[in-house]
Amino acid sequence: MLLVDIKKKLGAFRLDVAFETDGGTLALLGASGCGKSMTLQCIAGIVRPDSGHIELNGRVLFDSEKHVDLPPQKRRVGYLFQQYALFPHMTVAQNIGAGVRDLPAVARQETVARLIRQFRLEGLENHRPHQLSGGQQQRTALARILARRPELLLLDEPFSALDSYLRWQVELELMDTLADFGGDVVFVSHSRDEVCRLCDTVCVLSDGRSEGVAPVRELMAAPGTVSAALLSGCKNYSAAQGVDGHTVRCADWGITLRTASEVGAEITAVGVRAHHLVPGTGTENNIPCAVSRVVEDVFSTIVMLTTPGGALLRLELDKERWAALGDPTELTVHVAPEHVMALKGGAGCTT
Amino acid sequence: MDWYPLLNSLRIALISAAVVFFTGIAAAYYIARLPRVLKGVLDVVLTLPLVLPPTVVGYLLLCLLGPRRVIGAWVLETFGTRLTMQWWSAVFAVSVVVFPLMYRTARGAFESFDETLAQAGKTLGLSNTYIFWRIRMPCCRQGILAGAVLSFARAIGEYGATSMVAGYTPGRTATVATEVYQLWRIGNDALAARWVAVNIAISAVVLLAVNLLERRQRR
Repeated sequence: MLLVDIKKKLGAFRLDVAFETDGGTLALLGASGCGKSMTLQCIAGIVRPDSGHIELNGRVLFDSEKHVDLPPQKRRVGYLFQQYALFPHMTVAQNIGAGVRDLPAVARQETVARLIRQFRLEGLENHRPHQLSGGQQQRTALARILARRPELLLLDEPFSALDSYLRWQVELELMDTLADFGGDVVFVSHSRDEVCRLCDTVCVLSDGRSEGVAPVRELMAAPGTVSAALLSGCKNYSAAQGVDGHTVRCADWGITLRTASEVGAEITAVGVRAHHLVPGTGTENNIPCAVSRVVEDVFSTIVMLTTPGGALLRLELDKERWAALGDPTELTVHVAPEHVMALKGGAGCTT
Repeated sequence: MDWYPLLNSLRIALISAAVVFFTGIAAAYYIARLPRVLKGVLDVVLTLPLVLPPTVVGYLLLCLLGPRRVIGAWVLETFGTRLTMQWWSAVFAVSVVVFPLMYRTARGAFESFDETLAQAGKTLGLSNTYIFWRIRMPCCRQGILAGAVLSFARAIGEYGATSMVAGYTPGRTATVATEVYQLWRIGNDALAARWVAVNIAISAVVLLAVNLLERRQRR
């Protein structure tokens, strides 16, 4: 159980993050420069927040009012750095042993041996980090962290240092490691795919601000804010105003759409996913467009459509379905009301 | 050939190199953590001896250590020894002249150190002392060693400040550098040439060591 509510000012940047977890893996999802890494550094005690409160399993790690600020050495927080931060002059075994120097020699050796087996590093004990592959480096770093039996794991973009062909294997391994670990995990990422596969709940960070914790599926189905929608992979946006309970006027697209759920006065935009747009005329939410450009992707065709309002819409189709349409210059598409996502807030820090 | 100047040069260079090794590393480590303005000022002051003529450094040192000056007079009165014109007076002169070399190479080494290693060390429960001596220093080892050897090489060759603060007394304060000048001045070119050869040999060996160290660092 991790409780975080912190504020920190650094130049023009303001970090204002609040979330809590209760077991499982929480994703901090945000574009780069949104304060994800700084949040982890505050939890680990490397960076000191200006004010706030951090609590782990009932232990106060930081509290500005009570003047509590535990040094990183006493927080029992394991931190997996983006580049793993293995000590380059130490061997794999020495790196793993570094975190348990306070144990007696025999217990220490046993711990190291157990972790070397658990993380399949046999035969690499005397290798130095630069002799290892990316995946082996990550396993060594995880073994080193888990040797100390931390209560919380912080994972900072754990796949960013890996070549793409290695990622899937390492991701599968990390799933197993997280399942074995059992404690709280905070996983920093800017990839909705990783978050979907590895995390239970998600907290979107937008320009230093957290937008509350939601289950991952819920975020993908109804992002709620523009920045969350962007991170969830939604491609089409228009500035919008609610007309009445189930109707929104989309300024950029020059149309009015019906929504399935009721929209409030606070909505500022709507989003429609590229694969939710359906070619042809439906019963409602028809958008008459001109075909602006056709891009062949690996397994699909991406069609850019000019809406009545002038803004572009992105439509993604199977290659066969697009071919069956016969290369039109005009195309009407429609979207089911339940797929019109009403959104709040500005775009946040988009990249 | 009387080998005293060589012995004297070597011991002065070794002691001075040891002095600047520790002071240079400490300065490089702590000054990097100071606020920017103070850091800038101290950086200029500590690097100044690198660009000043050694005679100016010698003059300034005499202003402090001379027998009728603040520190010199106090030491003479309290301990009964002069701080100048002794063989070890050259250590003051050489240390000040050589300090910037050690300070700047150590600073460069520390600056290229990956701070996440220190942060990782902290989250792994390692003490700050352990992190400094067992992680930061080994990772910066090549750069710091190169700086130390370079300091030693420069220390052997120091002439200007040494000749002002320690003077030239044969068999007492003579160093290789001051010996060469004296022999040339009195017209003993043959002997001067031998000392020149000795000096070049030592410096070449030391520079070779620096190059080897830097090559290993790049690997």
